[in-house]
Amino acid sequence: MSMPFYVSPEQIIKDKADYARKGIARGRSVVVVQYKNGIAFVAENPSRALHKISEIYDCIAFAAVGKYNEFESLRVAGVRLADTRGYSYDRQDVTGRGLANAYAQTLGTIFTENPKPFEVELVVAEVGSVAAQDQMYRLTFDGSVADEHGFVAMGGSADRITEFLKQAYAPDLEFPAALKLAVEAIAAGKAETQASEADESKTNPSAEPNPSASIAPEMLEVAVLDRNRSRRLFQRITAERLSELLRA
Amino acid sequence: MTPGVSSFTDFLRMHDPSLLPSGRSMGSMPSTSPIDVPHGTTIVAMKYAGGIVMAGDRRATMGNVIASRDIEKVFATDEFSCVGIAGTAGVALEIVRLFQVELEHYEKIEGVLLSLDGKANRLASMLRSNLTMAMQGLAVVPLFGGFDLATQVGRIFSYDVTGGRYEEYDHHSIGSGSMFARGALKKMWQPDMDQASAVSVAIGALYDAADDDSATGGPDLTRGIYPVVAAVDDNGYRRIDDTELEPVIRTLITDRTTDSGGYRGVGGHS
Repeated sequence: MSMPFYVSPEQIIKDKADYARKGIARGRSVVVVQYKNGIAFVAENPSRALHKISEIYDCIAFAAVGKYNEFESLRVAGVRLADTRGYSYDRQDVTGRGLANAYAQTLGTIFTENPKPFEVELVVAEVGSVAAQDQMYRLTFDGSVADEHGFVAMGGSADRITEFLKQAYAPDLEFPAALKLAVEAIAAGKAETQASEADESKTNPSAEPNPSASIAPEMLEVAVLDRNRSRRLFQRITAERLSELLRA
Repeated sequence: MTPGVSSFTDFLRMHDPSLLPSGRSMGSMPSTSPIDVPHGTTIVAMKYAGGIVMAGDRRATMGNVIASRDIEKVFATDEFSCVGIAGTAGVALEIVRLFQVELEHYEKIEGVLLSLDGKANRLASMLRSNLTMAMQGLAVVPLFGGFDLATQVGRIFSYDVTGGRYEEYDHHSIGSGSMFARGALKKMWQPDMDQASAVSVAIGALYDAADDDSATGGPDLTRGIYPVVAAVDDNGYRRIDDTELEPVIRTLITDRTTDSGGYRGVGGHS
């Protein structure tokens, strides 16, 4: 009878985390930024039908990167949780914090109990009646939660995008300015990824990341939680409106 | 978590049926003595060029008592539809609340709006599941209307307690005062009216219903309580504001005071 090899728990956790990180790093990026009248979500996503950004409840939205089927099941679970809670109590009793906790529990359980962790990273954002009441929670594959302020970047080139936003972000931006900032940040991240890929293949070792690289509007998925709307604050920005805003 | 179910009602049925109106057992309550609970009364709806108008009076009755003089019985169910309720108010309000969540839930999960026929059928199936309660005297009859985005017209659906769904053409009315309101609609409604005329016809029909049905409330100028009037067109649902309704109601009352329609009895003629 053969005995299975002993693998230390540290090693198992590390392997799982590496696996999940690699999966997430392969994907495109999502940026969430707070602006004067709400929270904007910008994702690099060529698909019109498979969304990375979605409405969960009146003033709560969800953004995700990673494996589509995995974050989609989390999104559906979130909508169900929110609707059930809102129906059995009241609409105002559905909170971003409650939802973030539920996601953290689910992701934590999946990470420790399943052989394959979810390769996803999420942001749950809730817009308040004033900017100070806005909440943004970032959830990682192992169920850890971080309370973020100002902006969050996830996905392939999250580090570069975060660096870019740290320098360029200012609170209380108007929506068009915030949108442009987010798109520039994603473009900067993308330029760096492409440059490093070029480095690896040694075709053009001296290539500088091109910060002015832009992304076509049809490659973007944009939505907002606008505190000036009534009841359902989530709104997708249509392709026409988006190209208008980016051209201005 | 079961993938694929985009209906909130179906999800609750699997997950927590006690939250559903139909999930409660009524035990062996005798069906012969219905309990005394508030009842909603008259709702009218009609088409106009570009959409539909739905209006409901503000009275709820409990036997001979006025249970509420400012109850609202017309609700937006989503951006392009609305529902008016008659019958047992408590059960009806719960069905409306569930129906609103149902439509929004579908929209969020699927990313698209349910078709107007789809919405009408969902409401029918919710009524069907309320049939046991209806048999015990707690019947609910809604009137559903909305703007069909596929064909770009307004449509109206009526129901019976068993969940039968009937599409109504032109106009319809439900509730205790509906007989009188329907008569008024027949005389006053015209095809391709504009929204403003439809609103004044709706107010007039409710006025006539309140005139002859004790369970229907007329416009209350003393307290400033006016019918709930809503219009649904290609821009979506819009509740007609009280400030917009007041002149319409005042004009109607002036017309009825001078016109023979407002017969004032012996000695009333001058």
